[in-house]
Amino acid sequence: MFSNPDLQKLLFGRLTLDAVPLHEPILLVTFAMVGLGGVAVLGALTYFRLWGPLWRDWFTSVDHKKIGIMYIVLALVMLLRGFADALMMRAQQAMAFGPNEGYLPPHHYDQIFTAHGVIMIFFVAMPLVTGLMNFVVPLQIGARDVAFPFLNNFSFWMTVSGAVTVMASLFVGEFARTGWLAYPPLSGPAMSPGVGVDYYIWALQIAGIGTLLSGINLIATIVKMRAPGMTMMKMPVFTWTALCTNILIVAAFPILTAVLALLSLDRYVGTHFFSNDLGGNPMMYVNLVWIWGHPEVYILILPAFGVFSEIVSTFSSKRLFGYASMVYATVVITILSYLVWLHHFFTMGSGASVNSFFGITTMIISIPTGAKIFNWLFTMYKGRIRFEVPMLWTVGFMVTFVIGGMTGVLLAVPPADFVLHNSLFLIAHFHNVIIGGVLFGMLAGITYWFPKAFGFKLDEFWGKVSFWFWLTGFWFAFMPLYVLGLMGVTRRVQHFDDPSLQIWFVIAAFGALLILCGIAAFAVTLVVSVLRRDQLRDTTGDPWGGRTLEWATSSPPPDYNFAFTPVIHDHDAWWDMKKRGYARPLQGFKPIHMPKNTAAGLILGVLSIVFAFAMIWYIWWLAAVSFAAIAIVSIGHTFNYNRDFYIPADEVVRTEAQRTSLLAERV
Amino acid sequence: MSAASKAGHDDHGHGHADGASHGTFKDYMTGFVLSVILTAIPFILVMGNVIGNDRITGIVIMVFAVAQIVVHMIYFLHMNTKSEGGWTILALIFTLTLVIITLAGSLWVMYHLNTNMMPQHMHMG
Repeated sequence: MFSNPDLQKLLFGRLTLDAVPLHEPILLVTFAMVGLGGVAVLGALTYFRLWGPLWRDWFTSVDHKKIGIMYIVLALVMLLRGFADALMMRAQQAMAFGPNEGYLPPHHYDQIFTAHGVIMIFFVAMPLVTGLMNFVVPLQIGARDVAFPFLNNFSFWMTVSGAVTVMASLFVGEFARTGWLAYPPLSGPAMSPGVGVDYYIWALQIAGIGTLLSGINLIATIVKMRAPGMTMMKMPVFTWTALCTNILIVAAFPILTAVLALLSLDRYVGTHFFSNDLGGNPMMYVNLVWIWGHPEVYILILPAFGVFSEIVSTFSSKRLFGYASMVYATVVITILSYLVWLHHFFTMGSGASVNSFFGITTMIISIPTGAKIFNWLFTMYKGRIRFEVPMLWTVGFMVTFVIGGMTGVLLAVPPADFVLHNSLFLIAHFHNVIIGGVLFGMLAGITYWFPKAFGFKLDEFWGKVSFWFWLTGFWFAFMPLYVLGLMGVTRRVQHFDDPSLQIWFVIAAFGALLILCGIAAFAVTLVVSVLRRDQLRDTTGDPWGGRTLEWATSSPPPDYNFAFTPVIHDHDAWWDMKKRGYARPLQGFKPIHMPKNTAAGLILGVLSIVFAFAMIWYIWWLAAVSFAAIAIVSIGHTFNYNRDFYIPADEVVRTEAQRTSLLAERV
Repeated sequence: MSAASKAGHDDHGHGHADGASHGTFKDYMTGFVLSVILTAIPFILVMGNVIGNDRITGIVIMVFAVAQIVVHMIYFLHMNTKSEGGWTILALIFTLTLVIITLAGSLWVMYHLNTNMMPQHMHMG
């Protein structure tokens, strides 16, 4: 490109035209499809003149409800990418036996399993959880927004920036080939000199800032902004699990940030924290990364437990059995999740005393989880159960998750772990709890709160189709992996020699296709529901016979959530209000103080992408410029005093009158 | 009722009524003097080689560092058992528990790993 290599290096770092992988036919097809799809979406946005509304009402919005919805949209988009990776892996492993090398060369296959893990955990599961908490928690505690509305918008855009950085690795350069936790020395500068691990580091660091800040935000919201009368032991269970999850986030994510920072120092300036010589120790990386990593799995599952608690009691038309024990179980899990991290590396050689301590703590943590399962069962016992879609997900979860929990206890036995470590048994176990627990929980939560967010229910028929495909697909895809794991097949293998194993991989691939049908059916559910929205309309604001405060307001809620802050006397506050013949106040509305929208979060997000890209490709001048720009915009935003406004009283009156007439029509 | 006229009084936020103490000039001066003293002593210990034993010097400096953290928490962060309705002290206890688990656990685990897996490095561990 340039005749002077020094100038090119100064301007573009190690970025050259060769970094665009035009020689890979699979990637070329992906480019073409992403390009066409992108043009179609941009064209449609322009044609329907949606840029203005999108910018004003969504991108710059500080409304917790809209940010929550945007998180979930991000997660669903990234789910497609992560699932495409999964399909490619299943296809490769189903065909690559004996003389057949499959269609993915090892260096590509390694990137795919790394990207699959990173994307599914950080950019699917985390945004689903954060999005749901963002949408639901302020409504459940009777608040008008989160404690720090701008910070919320900023957190969201940082998460998006991390996702964009991961996606960019598909088109420019490569992604890490190290597995989703990037253990050194494989991820160190000697073994992974390319840009892959740098993409990994910067994507996670940027998204981590968003996760941490949103954790702080939601803790402050739950601790400080509950409606009067809502003591801690009257909080809805979902809010309790959200509180514990965010405490875990705030306590655990700094460890990941620190350990990735040390790894970047090893890679960028030649330190030896995790190298094999000069006093470095790669085992320390594994130790530290799992001190974050184990709480992380509870960060994901606790909100799912909260969702199931809400759904079970709503659809059984009963108060949740053992509310206090549910809360204590959640808190105990929060603490215990910090005492089990070593079970991820029993085989590294810490010896009998250390291994047995962590084996026992791991078995203990299954006790509060088991208590929760019994609480849900006893809630259903003699309840008037309605098997609508959210309840189906819940029952599917209970059956599936119990199996995953039991294989987890098997893995917690150190001698058994020496046989099963890093085998497909482990892969089957954690997919069993993450799909059967977190994903089912989030899909249940989306179905449950969808009418609250958009004002109409999701189509029931297609919802059921999606559920049954997901459930059977999961069992077909992962039960063979348990079998293979017991036979000693290890994870992350690109090619096999023993043809007798092939049938199990073919069954697993068939399961993945069933899950594909489940995802397609979910997409159809969304489309059909939008088309049929007039029949599915929820005019009451309480489509399921709900029990908690979010059902007290309209669907979708007004910008200010509640015209008057509700006063709480009991848990299941809305159920209690309905029982005592609560009458909606129809007058006396006052102007409502609200935060103003701002573009600062989005600008900072874009600048962060530029900064990450510059750091990954060693374009130092651009890194310096973008970092300075980030600092300037951040400081500049603190001088923005024009950040609040009042919704005038007559507008509140108009909105509330509209609701009154809607409610009257129904009767 | 214009937005501008009402915006003023709400700028102070909502947290103040809950009893987070703000500290007095005297508090800040006490904290400042204490932290200067607690910083100066370790410098003197190292520069003058007062104790003469590196390991003991290291341990003494760590003790001063912990004292420094406590001074900061009391005089600069205004933490006491009652502020924010007890939430501050609860958060502190939780943080301390996790920090101790992380540090003690890592030392314990890494000691065993080094002993078992890196015999050639025994002299370093």
